[in-house]
Amino acid sequence: MTAPATIDVSGTDKIPFPRLVAVEMRKMGDTRAGKWLLIAILVITALVVGLILAFAPENVKNFEGFLGASATPQGFLLPVLGVLLVTSEWGQRAALNTFTLVPHREKIIGAKVIAAVLLGLAAIVVAIAVAAVAALVAGNDNVWGAYGVGDTGKFALLQTLGILQGLAFGMLLLNSAAAIVAYFVLPIAFNIVTSIIAGLRDVQPWIDPGTAQTPLFGGSALTGEEWAQLATTTLIWIVLPGVVGAWRVMRSEVK
Amino acid sequence: MIEVENVTRTYGAFTAVDDVSFTARHGRVTGFLGPNGAGKSTTMRVMVGLTPPSRGRVTIGGHQYAQIPNPGRHVGVLLDASAQHAGRTGREILAIGAATMGLPAKRVDEMLELVSLTPAESRRRVRNYSLGMRQRLGIAHALLGAPSVLILDEPANGLDPAGIHWMRGMLRDYAARGGTVLLSSHLLHEVEMIADDMILIGKGRIVAQGTKAELLQTSGTVVRAVEDEALRDRLAEAGLRVTSADEAGVRVDAEPVEVGAVAARHGLTLIELRPGEGAGLESLFLELTADTQREGGAA
Repeated sequence: MTAPATIDVSGTDKIPFPRLVAVEMRKMGDTRAGKWLLIAILVITALVVGLILAFAPENVKNFEGFLGASATPQGFLLPVLGVLLVTSEWGQRAALNTFTLVPHREKIIGAKVIAAVLLGLAAIVVAIAVAAVAALVAGNDNVWGAYGVGDTGKFALLQTLGILQGLAFGMLLLNSAAAIVAYFVLPIAFNIVTSIIAGLRDVQPWIDPGTAQTPLFGGSALTGEEWAQLATTTLIWIVLPGVVGAWRVMRSEVK
Repeated sequence: MIEVENVTRTYGAFTAVDDVSFTARHGRVTGFLGPNGAGKSTTMRVMVGLTPPSRGRVTIGGHQYAQIPNPGRHVGVLLDASAQHAGRTGREILAIGAATMGLPAKRVDEMLELVSLTPAESRRRVRNYSLGMRQRLGIAHALLGAPSVLILDEPANGLDPAGIHWMRGMLRDYAARGGTVLLSSHLLHEVEMIADDMILIGKGRIVAQGTKAELLQTSGTVVRAVEDEALRDRLAEAGLRVTSADEAGVRVDAEPVEVGAVAARHGLTLIELRPGEGAGLESLFLELTADTQREGGAA
């Protein structure tokens, strides 16, 4: 530490992006809320599949039935994971340290998006694996049901969209409670409104994510129109709040 | 070295920091002194890019903070010891910092030991830490990357006297090895004990800066005697100028030895004889503080 007036930074490497992703994933699991959320996702997935295996009628004990059942609790919990990844830092002001160590907020936002998607994909892989094992154990005549193995891609897409929407709402509101409530209440309210108002009914599949995402649950392939509807609702409900939220994170002063 | 050049930060009509310029030199501890709300924290936040300045700029070792690759390896920052996720353990907070900077895990243990947080304490959640423990953790976090510049906002806040003593020794040592230390405080005596250089800020403006020796230079003598009246007369006879006199004592524009000699010559009983306070730093500081205390006291 023989310090002249200037600091020689030529020997210091930039922080590699994968390291930031790894740190963000670590931060998801090292608080009580985050750790229990991850545990809950795994336990509930296994529990739901186990209950169906034990009690459901024989004809639903196939891959389609198992995966479909685990989609519901994961669909609720994974977006919360997305929300918390952003808001736990804000509510606790830990962002002060994060943005001081990495004074490039766009990198942190990017790392959080990748971390959320990776954690979500891990949960989805677990769900698929548990459903597949359960289906084989059940030994039904039709092991896979109406579900092609390729349809797991649609399942993964559905869940990933949920996580990204949670992340977007988290950045937009920067408050855990507000973001979680908004994430669950807004789409339902919007769905009701667009169902009631006659003029909106025709455009509903283009603006209501609940309607547009329904085909992702099924076993049949999406039509071009359905893909387009998925794209417009994604734009409105994920990209738009995500962009506004990212802008907010970039601009706001962390105090 | 930290160079702050004409930094101004406004929030609407309010000017938090007003054309502030100063240099914190390497090998020295620079104290950034001012009452609460004077603009210290805002200036420090501008330094590390958390708050964009409205005008002006800051360079650290010749670089803008955001241009420094892996800045934690060069600049250690403690802005708010309480700005941590309360649900993480102290050790985990350091581990996240170390992981971000790409440091080996053993660095965490070294820093915990340096700031005297025991292994048991380090495994407790920060929610259960006292302010003093949070400060120690914050200082450990700032030192993790073995930086050559330290920026610490009110690091002594909440530390007990032993902790302040420890921190003083640690920072003096750090500066002696060539490091740059900038630390803020709202307590004059705290800065006086640690700093080599001092910058005094009030209402967003710098009101005084210089070395501690310059700013705390003593002037004149304060004296009290049983025979107060007689003392003043004898001093006047001796040609020494009395600048003021009240219950706190008589202020004389002369060295203590001259005043003592006058008293001895006339057999006066002295109760107190000491050098006067510095070049108005303390009164200047009190004035600043009184202004912002909002208690209707004399400004």
